[in-house]
Amino acid sequence: MKRIFASLNEPELRRVVVSSLTLGAAVGVFALSFGVASVSAGASVWQTCALSLFVFTGASQFSAMSVVGAGGSLAAAFGGAVLLAARNFVYGLALSSSANSMAKSLPRRLFAAHFVIDETTALALGQESPRLRKVAFWTTGIGLFTFWNLGTLIGALAGSAIDPQKFGLDIAFPAAFIVMLMPHLRSKLGRQAATLGGALCLVSISFLPVGVPILIAAMAVLVGVRGDN
Amino acid sequence: MITEAPANLWIMIIALAASAYLLKMFGLVVLGSRQLPKVFDRCLGLIPAALLSALVLKDTFSLGQSLVVDARVAGFAVAVVAAWRRAPLIVVVVLAATATALVRAI
Repeated sequence: MKRIFASLNEPELRRVVVSSLTLGAAVGVFALSFGVASVSAGASVWQTCALSLFVFTGASQFSAMSVVGAGGSLAAAFGGAVLLAARNFVYGLALSSSANSMAKSLPRRLFAAHFVIDETTALALGQESPRLRKVAFWTTGIGLFTFWNLGTLIGALAGSAIDPQKFGLDIAFPAAFIVMLMPHLRSKLGRQAATLGGALCLVSISFLPVGVPILIAAMAVLVGVRGDN
Repeated sequence: MITEAPANLWIMIIALAASAYLLKMFGLVVLGSRQLPKVFDRCLGLIPAALLSALVLKDTFSLGQSLVVDARVAGFAVAVVAAWRRAPLIVVVVLAATATALVRAI
């Protein structure tokens, strides 16, 4: 960490650190809405903060509390959240070739694993040298973790002080999901998976237990079996 | 609203934290730089598209097991337009919540 601060007068490193921290701050706003939405869905402030501290992968946290809030079973909430967390496994694979330079010892690598998420992967893999990759991974990881948890706490405290229905805050979940969904609609396969997933969910809502339609929607990823882009 | 006891919710949170960590750790530490089959890679990459879309529709058009159209649809429409115009998340949420609250108040 000290070395990271010492090297801030190098322009390349400064660029990486600034973009990492800017992203972290932007994500903090996301966390704010997670905090509000999670307590509106019925979790306590502590439970909401525990989700951000220990699960630390946004879409899964949102999804779990959205299903719980709608009255779904905990198993269904868990299933959907784990499916959404599965992509972090792919990110881990992608990062593992630079894992040597990012975290030398095994304990440090086990610690680094907690920070393997969309943003750290994107920023780390966007750098050319192993050194910049390491800086990008750790500044994004630690910065984002800090902002994410701070935002969650503030949101949770604010959310438990107001009536969510009155302020229309039950729309916070779908609004956040829409923002998260947008980048996935750029590819043709993404649009197909989204359309099919949405359709599968809507047709099964009325006869399956709450939350299970989200799991059924996962079958839509099979459009990727024959696709080539 | 919530139907499960808080203690059970804690169990889910702990299980989810453990699973999320293991998934991250398995790729980074255990498997190393092995390549996944292309098809597998592509399908995993499509999970967010399929599930997020399902979550949006569930949260907008359902109440428990029934399909409903209520004030949330206004918020949904506003959110889609705002997100499409690349508005920042906080703007999307505030606009959507305002629209929903207004329709509900009428």
